[in-house]
Amino acid sequence: MTVALQSSPPNQQDSGSWRDYFSFSLDHKVIGIQYLVAGFCFYLVGGALAGMIRVELVTPLSDFIGRETYNQVLTLHGTVMIFLWIVPVVNGAFGNYLVPFYVGARDMAFPRLNAVAFWMLPPAGLMLLSSYFISGAAQSGWTAYPPLSITTPAVGQIIWIVSVLLLGGSSIFGAVNFIATVLKMRRPGLQLFRLPLFCWAMLATSVLVVLTTPVLAGALLLLSMDIVAGTGFFNPSLGGNAVVYQHLFWFYSHPAVYIMVLPAFGLVSEILPIHSRKPLFGYKSMVYSILAIVFLGMIVWAHHMFTSGTPPWMRLFFTIATAIIAVPTGIKFFNWLATLWNGKLALNSAMLFCCGFIVNFVLGGITGVALAQVPFDIHVHDTYFVVAHFHYIVYGGTVFVIFGAIYHWFPKMSGRLLDEHLGRLHCLLTFIGFNLCFFPQHWLGLNGMPRRVAEYDPQFQLINQVSSVGALIMAISTLPFLINVFSSLVAGKAAGDNPWKALTPEWLTSSPPPVENWHGEAPLVEEPYGYGHREGSLSLEALSGRELWSQGR
Amino acid sequence: MTSTLHDSQKRTFHGDHSAGHDGQGEEHRDLRLFGLATFLVADAMTFAGFFAAYLTFRSVNPLAAGAIYEQELLLPSLNTLILLASSITFHQASKALMGSQPDGYRRWLLISALLGSTFMVGQMVEYFHLPFGLTDNLFASTFYALTGFHGLHVTLGTLMILIVWFQARQPGRFTPDNHFGFAAAELYWHFVDGIWIILFALLYLL
Repeated sequence: MTVALQSSPPNQQDSGSWRDYFSFSLDHKVIGIQYLVAGFCFYLVGGALAGMIRVELVTPLSDFIGRETYNQVLTLHGTVMIFLWIVPVVNGAFGNYLVPFYVGARDMAFPRLNAVAFWMLPPAGLMLLSSYFISGAAQSGWTAYPPLSITTPAVGQIIWIVSVLLLGGSSIFGAVNFIATVLKMRRPGLQLFRLPLFCWAMLATSVLVVLTTPVLAGALLLLSMDIVAGTGFFNPSLGGNAVVYQHLFWFYSHPAVYIMVLPAFGLVSEILPIHSRKPLFGYKSMVYSILAIVFLGMIVWAHHMFTSGTPPWMRLFFTIATAIIAVPTGIKFFNWLATLWNGKLALNSAMLFCCGFIVNFVLGGITGVALAQVPFDIHVHDTYFVVAHFHYIVYGGTVFVIFGAIYHWFPKMSGRLLDEHLGRLHCLLTFIGFNLCFFPQHWLGLNGMPRRVAEYDPQFQLINQVSSVGALIMAISTLPFLINVFSSLVAGKAAGDNPWKALTPEWLTSSPPPVENWHGEAPLVEEPYGYGHREGSLSLEALSGRELWSQGR
Repeated sequence: MTSTLHDSQKRTFHGDHSAGHDGQGEEHRDLRLFGLATFLVADAMTFAGFFAAYLTFRSVNPLAAGAIYEQELLLPSLNTLILLASSITFHQASKALMGSQPDGYRRWLLISALLGSTFMVGQMVEYFHLPFGLTDNLFASTFYALTGFHGLHVTLGTLMILIVWFQARQPGRFTPDNHFGFAAAELYWHFVDGIWIILFALLYLL
């Protein structure tokens, strides 16, 4: 099973063969890249599905694809993008690639479990997609709310459930691995509060995965019994209670948003200091706000259910808890801005994508706080306003960071630099396309266009066409990226070991790194963000807040 | 040097504990029990979800008039005692192993596995004598889903004990310092036992 690693003679261990990436490799770097490439393939599939949705919505009638097909495409788009692209890539790809470096380990705590977790992913994804061709895919959206999921064709829904259970299992295995690695695999002398922030983000994310994913699994098991065995857990006509499914579902799926975005927060915290040559501002407040987000993120789920007959006390509690979660999130944003402040900024593609993330996520956050308010939420519930908000969080937030992280770590993974001109073009097109696609959807939602339907009131046609043009630009923006990756892999400029002059441990080894990460002993990095000046040199002569900021840790 | 870690991982995962420290500082502590404990937290959350659903059903969805959900308590109480006893016998096995009595701990393991099987037989007998079927009403469905999911855990746990018992026939397979498979089965078994206590209180006593 470990052939790929052990059969290579010692001299060639640095340059792995392409076959490694199709093997049951136990190397965390290989597994990370496997996650990244597999996830990106699913991103292209999910993107094609999104394209179908936007083409359908160019006209008010369902003339491009039928209503039922539209429902299937919508369901597959959501499921593929969340469970096969964002969660695996932002956790599995970057988590696996970076965390062992950051803790000074030679691999993850459980390499075999790690490989098992990855190899659950492609079969689950292919099974999910194949359901479309077998009997029609699930039609009940990524939420699979009963009674819709009970009354729509059963086969597609059951395949959907089995796929999501597999992907959830993969996610839990990954999380068990990350928790053990961060807590127990640190090299001697490396304290928790000296870790790069991404480790904290992965630790927090993994805690969320372990605590919430099983609840979704339990809900899906009960749902499958409703579909297959004729029980009535969630079926009101059999005396069941559909709202209980919603509670169980959102107990996972709200934290799932943080599972998708906390690692992205961690990645941004790694990228910004390096490219602005300044220490990360407010390290400890970053850690504590991550922990606060974990705690608060688990007690806000019912804000998705304000129209599900929730009693007033529940609405009050969940509104307040949701509003409070804006505080730790806001702290992180101010810290990033303070990190950029007066820095020596390198406006390269990685940095630009991260800045795009900050802009988009703040907009998504503001609409999020608005949606937490019951009166407003009831007005826009199940409209395109929610679609816009959600995509500002997961696309404008996480996907922007994923691309930024690819530009940042591609030199380490491949030993070659990506082309900056194509990278900036990619960033510009993505930013324009994304905002053109989703910003108008706020207006659509406020004016009452419901989501998840193939047909709409003709008065919304123009704005929908604008949105579809944005989607087209987003699709086009993938081209410079793909050209960039392939041409750079073949003929890119050699990166050298540390092209960004960074201090975090993954840059203190060769590019690409050897099988066990370092030729010698793992370096002890006490100050992963020690750019610009040494710790403790905060000048007492600083007179203004601005001076303090420019020197602040 | 090149594959020290992966080699050692391979060895430990195959259960060969002869892999010692090779002096290069490449080995790390055995974290498998820690990993299992983390996984059991996840497993416990599955049950927590079920329990929350059950309690909500009970408080929000009244059963139709005449629906039967009062149950005979004798058999499940006996079953509870059997499962508790199996935890105690496993603990005895652990004490025997720590005292390096290979014969003693194998015997206790076998008794624990037998008690686990007896529990499952008791569960079957109960299923056959219940006055309601899976789809009769919401309580019945929840009852079967919860006890069935727990029964799956008991079955897996019993199999784990039997595997450990079978492996233990090899002298020196488990030692006081090196007994991951044994410790994993023990942790899992106590976990399954603890879940049953909550389940019994909620389904039968409440």
